[in-house]
Amino acid sequence: MEATISTFVLLTITGLGLGAMYFLVASGLSLIYGLMGVLNFAHGAFITFGAYVAWWITDQIGGSFEVRLLVGGACGLAFGAALGALVELVFIRPLYRRPVEQVLVTVGLALALGALVYGIWGADAKFFPIPDWTLDTTTILGANIPNDRFVEIGVAAVVLVGLIALLRFTRIGLVIRAGVENRAMVTALGIDVRKTFTLVFAIGGSLAALAGVLSGVYYGNVDPVRGTSLLIYAFIVVVIGGFGSIGGSAVAAVAVGLVQQYANFYVADWLDWSGAGDVSVMLLLASVLLLRPEGLAPKVAH
Amino acid sequence: MSAVTALRVEDLHVYLGESHVLQGVSFSVAKGGVTALLGRNGVGKTTTLRALMGLVPRTRGTVEVQGENVTRLPTHAIVRRGVGYVPEDRDVFAGLTVEENLRLSERGGDGRYDLVYDLFPELRERGRQRAGTLSGGQQQMVAIARALLNDNSLLLVDEPTKGLAPLLVTEVAVALERAAELATTVLVEQNLGVAQRVAQHVVVLDGGRVVHEGTAAELFASPERVRELLGVHGGHN
Amino acid sequence: MQARRLVVPVVLLPLLVVVPWLSVDLPFVLPGALDSPGSLQLLALCLVFAGVALSYDLLFGFTGLLSFGHALYFALGVYVPAIALTEWEWSLPAALALLAGVAIVVPLVLGSVSLRVTGIAFAMVTLAFAQAGNVIVQTNPGGLTGGDEGIGLNVDPLPDFLVGVVNTKNLYWLALGYAVAVFLIARAAIGSSAGHVWRAIRENERRVEVIGLRPYPYKLLAFVLASFLAAWGGFLWLLLIGVTPEVTTATFTLTLLVMVVLGGAGARFGALAGGFVYTLLDYRLRNLAGEERIQELPDVLRVPLSEPLFLLGALFVAIVFFAPGGISSFPARLRSLVHRRAAKESAS
Repeated sequence: MEATISTFVLLTITGLGLGAMYFLVASGLSLIYGLMGVLNFAHGAFITFGAYVAWWITDQIGGSFEVRLLVGGACGLAFGAALGALVELVFIRPLYRRPVEQVLVTVGLALALGALVYGIWGADAKFFPIPDWTLDTTTILGANIPNDRFVEIGVAAVVLVGLIALLRFTRIGLVIRAGVENRAMVTALGIDVRKTFTLVFAIGGSLAALAGVLSGVYYGNVDPVRGTSLLIYAFIVVVIGGFGSIGGSAVAAVAVGLVQQYANFYVADWLDWSGAGDVSVMLLLASVLLLRPEGLAPKVAH
Repeated sequence: MSAVTALRVEDLHVYLGESHVLQGVSFSVAKGGVTALLGRNGVGKTTTLRALMGLVPRTRGTVEVQGENVTRLPTHAIVRRGVGYVPEDRDVFAGLTVEENLRLSERGGDGRYDLVYDLFPELRERGRQRAGTLSGGQQQMVAIARALLNDNSLLLVDEPTKGLAPLLVTEVAVALERAAELATTVLVEQNLGVAQRVAQHVVVLDGGRVVHEGTAAELFASPERVRELLGVHGGHN
Repeated sequence: MQARRLVVPVVLLPLLVVVPWLSVDLPFVLPGALDSPGSLQLLALCLVFAGVALSYDLLFGFTGLLSFGHALYFALGVYVPAIALTEWEWSLPAALALLAGVAIVVPLVLGSVSLRVTGIAFAMVTLAFAQAGNVIVQTNPGGLTGGDEGIGLNVDPLPDFLVGVVNTKNLYWLALGYAVAVFLIARAAIGSSAGHVWRAIRENERRVEVIGLRPYPYKLLAFVLASFLAAWGGFLWLLLIGVTPEVTTATFTLTLLVMVVLGGAGARFGALAGGFVYTLLDYRLRNLAGEERIQELPDVLRVPLSEPLFLLGALFVAIVFFAPGGISSFPARLRSLVHRRAAKESAS
């Protein structure tokens, strides 16, 4: 009985840790889609590049693991933000009012940037410098939880609170919320909404890079397909959570992370098949869409 | 000349998809007062306002506001030249509170809240209510208030009384008269009673072109002319 | 005009048929003489992807359905016969009959679910289902799919003329037959009354509803037909290349999208040309990466030039920006260029 509870606790906290990463990716995707109607396939490249830049910096500098990780992570975030802004300015902005072309361009960028990662850093995984204490465990209700899970959950919680504060209490947030509802009307109030587009892409890029860095801590390494695999789950989170909704993304990210972990253990064990967790998430998506085609939340940024 | 011309439109052409909606619209609006843009349904009145705002692509033509050519400017830049816009169907931000709707439209940080709340006292009381939960009339007040909050020189108002109860129509008409004291107003209005009450000048569109320009008094004095141009009977409703 | 319509059946098709007998070198384009097995295998792949790209274009270009899961149905054509032939040691006709059934039932079920939503949500659901397919293949349930390793195909049930390097020319003809068959089926489907509804859905789905038609069954028909055709392309891939898990990835679907846009979406010959040219380019660029003069370049140039997918992705972006009609718009662009020049000359 005790073992059952401790397993459940471990699965829950690990699921929340995964959900934290999904949320970081999905919140940016969701804001970009909500505000601009662009489904950004290049988001996966933001994740991967952010993680690799962070790894590269940690490899160049000295100091304790914590310092290297913080400096590297900050650089990865900055790079993700810059890459996001650049993609918006150079590739998305000229195709304003041509939504299909915008999606196609992000597909092209996803392929090209993904290939560039292979070209620059090769196919082999790179190991992240991870402080020892993150590998230690904390015992909760008899479950030994690796400490890195708390880092991921904590960072995502801070980001969630920060995003909600940004949306609710700042003028930029006001413009974003209004823009998600009706972009044209925002410009008709004399607001240059294009600046907000660039900003939202930069925010999305840095949050994706942050997810990449955290995945480096979670898995202990980064590989060239990290972005693509996280991106697919983030897409699912965005669809379930409702486009343009931060709160919806958070709830859906947690749901997807938990379903994946629980199924990965209980169903996989029962079916003797390790794919059960991932496939359960796809089934979750299908059932949500069948029941509520518009997602869990309406298209309003809150 | 340009000092007394608030708005000049010349040879404006707009295509929406395949259809040639505006086929060379030209007219001028002198500074001050209300000019009503009239015409039957579907002749391009709303499209004209949207084209002036840069919200639909224009294939040809010139738009001048206070003597300045704004044809090539993006929408937000046109607005910043002192143009207030009250769109058709109000288009308030349903998920934002009344107060947030107003704050969003404020430019330069000194919105004329006293003026707006004086005109629409209800909006002050409902500041924290979501605009989407307001009645149609209240939403219209928010839409007009957004345009009056800034010191605009030109107001473009699209069918503000559409779908409103008669009592509210009067309230909106009063607000329009007050607005016209502050800025030159171009008003698209199907309700000829309202148009006759508030407008001094009229521009009549038909088939994507201007077919009549003149004073309101002159047009509404001739029921035959009103019927001929607008296909309806003139006078109060 | 009439003469141009005859170019393909009278000139191009016979030319493609006699390729395996031509001992012509096409340096830089092909690995060896036209009749060498290497060249024939590459050309066969080009033809397979010409057909698969056209099947995808039925969805994307003609019906306006942006699916990110077409790879799944191609992968069915690779994995279902491979498992039937190898794991269960079925005969070839039995394996193909199974594929035919699976290639109708699976898209029918998954399509009827995903088509309940439209637009971007549809794209996401198809992506998710395809990803589920990828997970199934990668995790090797019951040891059926072979995981990362794939499946070493049991060739015993195959007839002799399909096996071995010397018979590559037969596979080539099979691929040519596949491309022609997809083309004829696509043409018939597009010309049928359902095809007219597809295009109406692409232009404006609401208007289709207004005239009293339900778009749903028509979209489902396009989905099932496109998936069915793609599955047979997968079977040819099985014969030409074998079983590789890459065909189940999201990236593989994205390359199909690139092919269609490269060729010109919504144009039959465009999709065919796009699939053909993309496959050829992919091969060429792969070889380019290994060449000495590339390897000697400084890193800034060498790294991007060594990644075919980088170059193809960049080409794709360039096409979307500068030539939205793709290859199929090139003749018209060329003509207008010539006309303009001629007009300029006659004016001066």
